[in-house]
Amino acid sequence: MTKQIHLAAHFPGVNNTTVWSDPRSGSQIDFDSFRHLAQTAERGKFDFFFLAEGLRLREAKGRIHDLDVVGRPESLTVLSALAAVTTRLGLAATVNSTFNEPYEVARRLATLDHLSGGRAAWNVVTSFDAFTGENFRRGGFLDEADRYTRAKEFLQTARELWDSWAPDAVAADPESGRFLRPGGVTPFRHEGRHFDISGVFSTPRGPQGHPVIIQAGDSDEGREFAASSADVIFSRHSRLEEGRAFYRDVKRRLAAYGRRPEDLKILPAVTYVLGDTEAEAAERAAEIRRAQVSPQTALYFVEAVWGRDLSGYDPDGPLPDLEPDLDDGVSKGHAQFRGDRGAVAAKWRALAEEKNLSIRELVVEVAAPQTFVGTPRSVADEIDRFVQTDAADGFIFVPHLTPGGLDDLVDKVVPLLQEKGVFRADYTGPTLRDHLGLAPRTLTTRTEEIS
Amino acid sequence: MTLSLAVALDGAGWHPAAWRSGSARPGRLFTPGYWAELVTEAERGLLDFVTFEDALGLQSTHLNELDGRLDQVRGRLDAVLIASAVAPLTSRIGLVPTTSTTHTEPFHVAIGIASLDHISRGRAGWRPRLSPRPDQARHFGRRVLPPLDLSDDPDPASTSSVADLFGEAADAVEVVRRLWDSWEDDAEIRDVATGRFIDRERLHYIDFRGEWFSVRGPSITPRSPQGQPLVTSLAHDTLPYEFAARSSDVVYVTPRDRADAAAIVGRVREAEAAVGRPGAPLKIFGDLVVFLDADGAAGRKARLDELDGGELVSDAHVFTGTPEGLAGLLLDWREAGLDGFRLRPGELPHDLTAITRGLVPELRARNAFRAAYETADLRGRLGLPRPGSRYAKVS
Repeated sequence: MTKQIHLAAHFPGVNNTTVWSDPRSGSQIDFDSFRHLAQTAERGKFDFFFLAEGLRLREAKGRIHDLDVVGRPESLTVLSALAAVTTRLGLAATVNSTFNEPYEVARRLATLDHLSGGRAAWNVVTSFDAFTGENFRRGGFLDEADRYTRAKEFLQTARELWDSWAPDAVAADPESGRFLRPGGVTPFRHEGRHFDISGVFSTPRGPQGHPVIIQAGDSDEGREFAASSADVIFSRHSRLEEGRAFYRDVKRRLAAYGRRPEDLKILPAVTYVLGDTEAEAAERAAEIRRAQVSPQTALYFVEAVWGRDLSGYDPDGPLPDLEPDLDDGVSKGHAQFRGDRGAVAAKWRALAEEKNLSIRELVVEVAAPQTFVGTPRSVADEIDRFVQTDAADGFIFVPHLTPGGLDDLVDKVVPLLQEKGVFRADYTGPTLRDHLGLAPRTLTTRTEEIS
Repeated sequence: MTLSLAVALDGAGWHPAAWRSGSARPGRLFTPGYWAELVTEAERGLLDFVTFEDALGLQSTHLNELDGRLDQVRGRLDAVLIASAVAPLTSRIGLVPTTSTTHTEPFHVAIGIASLDHISRGRAGWRPRLSPRPDQARHFGRRVLPPLDLSDDPDPASTSSVADLFGEAADAVEVVRRLWDSWEDDAEIRDVATGRFIDRERLHYIDFRGEWFSVRGPSITPRSPQGQPLVTSLAHDTLPYEFAARSSDVVYVTPRDRADAAAIVGRVREAEAAVGRPGAPLKIFGDLVVFLDADGAAGRKARLDELDGGELVSDAHVFTGTPEGLAGLLLDWREAGLDGFRLRPGELPHDLTAITRGLVPELRARNAFRAAYETADLRGRLGLPRPGSRYAKVS
């Protein structure tokens, strides 16, 4: 059977994918930029609009990183405002489960669900580092090993809070004088390793019951968490073969939780570049990659991987003839550089030697990946092929420009997908769960994920 | 000179039986349209700003625990998010949500209110509020608070807990204000030649260290249109007056009559002196619960009292009467030194509409209220200048 494609839009982020040096690049903080991107996504009948989060500005060599876009609003606050200027588009907020408490997050997400008429989603992220913790009361209180146990218990607790109000708890019946229906609101009590709380939740259950849950972790633990608890995975596997492998791996984990493959949508983050011909698109893509990797950014990437100050080096010259320093590193708050830097450095050196690349050429090659490059027709075909061959259920598009970065995708590619009959011509229901084809979250399903 | 006039929005109005009256829309309390209609009505009346009540627990007539009542409005949406949802639908009116200084992270509040200021183009305010209730502390499980004791001879545990919570609240506001200043206005430079998006010399660590928490900064949100959104707080006694004098731009007070208003203004000024408040004196707003009709407001209020099973209890003076009568009272009390008033409509939308369509024209006829908004931003409307960042180097 032909699968229907799901599409989402990511607000341009605070890494080098976002090109701020382009004359068409607008404000990353002005509400009009958010409005334009969200309304464009809604015009394209997208499933949802996605906002990322970072609770501490990134640092390089002990100072605030200044080469990428810096500065973002609070995501739930912006999404509530977007709820007022859109009518069908899903609104996804990234909210950290480490530096928040369930009672407050649950009521804010339930609020967004009410304010949007059932369009809220929550990307549950974790962080453990003391670096981010310095902005919060508890500091870096959590061990890395516990970030998923806390995230899982956090989500479970939030679900208990949402379920503590029956869907019909608010009677608001002046005749009988009952504002609340007797028994409609149940006190909660959660005693767990991370949370020991009790009382009465204060926000009525939202139209979707629970917001759509998004998960972006990629580790084995992250995949398991997604399989047990998420509705959508924000995946980084945007190449066809690795996408298929990831898709198979995650979907096979669902059965253990009594869930069907279609209960969890896998949406890789992707980019696109269009041209009237393939050659024109390729040329444009190369220009964008160079804009994404300025000489300064190129040097920063190598510094971050090598863990050394390389300010004397020429970005147009060869890689430094130095071994990486694998201790503390020079980059903080940049998840990209948290892995095995020694292995990355070895790979980069081999690639640079093989192709005779300068520092900047190398970084353009490795750090500015692009997914779909071509004519609208070939991009539409490629998107469809990825989905029909189970590399994805759809995509989260990350535009490189604010706020016009989705315009040509919506104008030129979406109509072709609609023509093929693989993407909705219009929304069929009011809620994000409707768009994603997910069942409404009912009270009776709540014990399923307690494992 | 124009009077400053704000309206406090909460549920179906400030009478607990308001939701049962003819004009109420109780089935819509948790929908965006309900709030949008109220705030656009307030903006049509050219009011200075609206406040949104909030708490991290269910409403209750009891001080320390829930009351189990099903016949009054229970449940709320998050106030910051309501304010934000209304922002794109309005253009002039100020939006002032409430948050907790006890349980909510100051960092989250700072970026939330700054974001509201960006979205509304300079119309954001904030009402920090303590959460002293022990039942609400159990929603977080991070600390145990003793029962509140408001008697004449209070339990020392209650007194010292409340004093600590005020100290912590002052620290929370200090952190929020520093975070709002942690980006200088011109920090974003987009300098293609050097590849730098920001000038990091114009971003600042706030390095706050207090008795209750430490916060490093800087904010993740660029400095907002007003720089410092308007901070407002409600106060009934010396400790909260001093908190307001340290932390707020506007203080809401609850005088019973004109003489009481004069006495309270005196105490607020003493509190300002006691804490050594720098800069502009507090704007003092009198809070009043209002029931307004051309005829029969007292009867309407009495019927609501009867439905609720008891007379309305309020910390603020309850006015029942005509818009003309209220206009006279406000102008009289203003002589005691009040800068403005925050009216709490007894019943929504009835008493809000009576304010915008009855009271406002009456005040205007007496030359005491604006005929059009003078400024787009909220601080400017109250005569408060836009401050530069405290961290900006004076050149």
